[in-house]
Amino acid sequence: MPSRIALAFVSIIAIGLPFAAAAGGEDYLIGIATRLMIFALAGISLNLIVGYGGMVSFGHAAFFGIGAYVVAIMSQHALYGDPLLLWPVEISGSESALVVWPLAMAVAALFALVIGAICLRTGGLSFIMITLAFAQMIYFFFTSLSEYGGEDGLSLFQRSSAGPLDLADDTQFYFLTLALVILVLFLQSRLVVSRFGRVLQGIRDNESRMQALGYPTYRYKLTAFVISGSLAGLAGALIANQTEFVSPSFLDWHRSGEFLVIVILGGLGTLFGPVVGAGAYLLLEEFLSQVTEHWMLILGPILVLIVLFAKQGLWGSLSRRMGSHD
Amino acid sequence: MTNTQLEIQDLHKSFGALAANDGVTLSVTKGELHAIIGPNGAGKTTLVAQLSGALRPDGGRILFAGRDITGSAQYERARLGLARSFQVTNLFPNNTAIENVILAVQAKAGHAFRFWQAAFQRDEFRSAAMATLRQVGLGDRANRPAKILAHGEQRQLEIAMALASQPSLLLLDEPTAGMSRQESQAMTHLLRALKSSLTILLIEHDMDVVFSLADRITVLVNGRVLATGQPNDIRENKSVQQAYLGDSLIEASR
Repeated sequence: MPSRIALAFVSIIAIGLPFAAAAGGEDYLIGIATRLMIFALAGISLNLIVGYGGMVSFGHAAFFGIGAYVVAIMSQHALYGDPLLLWPVEISGSESALVVWPLAMAVAALFALVIGAICLRTGGLSFIMITLAFAQMIYFFFTSLSEYGGEDGLSLFQRSSAGPLDLADDTQFYFLTLALVILVLFLQSRLVVSRFGRVLQGIRDNESRMQALGYPTYRYKLTAFVISGSLAGLAGALIANQTEFVSPSFLDWHRSGEFLVIVILGGLGTLFGPVVGAGAYLLLEEFLSQVTEHWMLILGPILVLIVLFAKQGLWGSLSRRMGSHD
Repeated sequence: MTNTQLEIQDLHKSFGALAANDGVTLSVTKGELHAIIGPNGAGKTTLVAQLSGALRPDGGRILFAGRDITGSAQYERARLGLARSFQVTNLFPNNTAIENVILAVQAKAGHAFRFWQAAFQRDEFRSAAMATLRQVGLGDRANRPAKILAHGEQRQLEIAMALASQPSLLLLDEPTAGMSRQESQAMTHLLRALKSSLTILLIEHDMDVVFSLADRITVLVNGRVLATGQPNDIRENKSVQQAYLGDSLIEASR
């Protein structure tokens, strides 16, 4: 029951925050909260493969960045009215969220399919290294893509259009992001107890046993990798909209590390872990960076302590104490 | 050939200079319990690894129900009906006993690319898994996490997971390994109950278990088949006695 109360409490804060922030004249808080949720979404997507699938990917920012670039590139072409592609089919730019966001997910999924198909031939440490290598390749690809800003990145003229919603309004964008995070959390809560989810966790716990039981484990892992990549692409599409700017730093390996920290901090293989992890990480970053520019010096030891003393992560330990199985 | 469930033809596997399997040939007839015995280093583990698909043979063929599976992946063999248990307990420790078996049941139920409905709550999976647990005598342990089961119970669970896929051949890799005398007797009892309805290939070093259960026995020494025959023939085979069994065989024959 305490977890129900906690959930109700979080819901009230989540819904009330934009109004409270606006009333208090602290509008920037809405932006911080939105950013937090986007990182939570990226964390959720990474948690699916790391926490539930046992595949430690160190290149997750690649899919995040690809999602962001899809939005920015489509937006630039829409702005100048020149088609992105003439052959074999003509593709023109777009600023519609209904077009661009699913496209961001699809392109990220496609990259995940190719990268995953290769990386999942390996495991353990090699998997970490090879995912990192692929992510760095994509990083350097965008760095040298001078047509779209190269190292300097690319600004969006405006946020995506979404029917009756005005995403330029921070509050509306906040609520859309919130809704997407809740939707993805709900879908994942179903997925992890479904047959697919059980197989995935079985592979995490004992892959050779699953093979002996008759599961072609590679296919299951690859499917999870692609789902994860596409969700990271969605998070990327959101971050591009929020910052109205993309640059290669979005898919830098630091970013991949940040996502891993978020997932581990919150609790591997727990539903809400990445949300808590993103919250803890970004809020610490936010407040510590106001105190000192050497905030990493303080953040580092805090992370070490949490990992040492809360082995299941913040949410993992908390939900255990409350006696709930999530 | 229709009566042969498993045919192993001239199987070779070397590790460097060591020929672990040096031309193993044997066949398992449908419905029999065929035991493989041999001293340590005889090549039993290497043979099991090749049968299950974990190791690829250097030479020779494996036919399963007349079909060449020498190059098949582990999961393909399992799908064809070759189920195995492991010598070292190999379970999902954090899952309950019944959840362990459900994973095996749903492997048989076609692909698991189903993303919505909860798997462990499905009645058809639960009832099939429960029936298998009762069969091996773990009916009252269904909801215990596998990791807190007693060693003997974990071994029984291993068997249940192999059984749950309704295999046409059960490959049991030392099912009584590390068991107390009592547990070992219970396992013998269970295997006796199972052998009437299944084809079983049993790798075992407990001679009491082997001689009380096996229809036929193959003796493996130095990576080769020394003899194959009914328990009585093996017991009286001079070269088997010399090469391997010695005192323990004479003891078991009394």
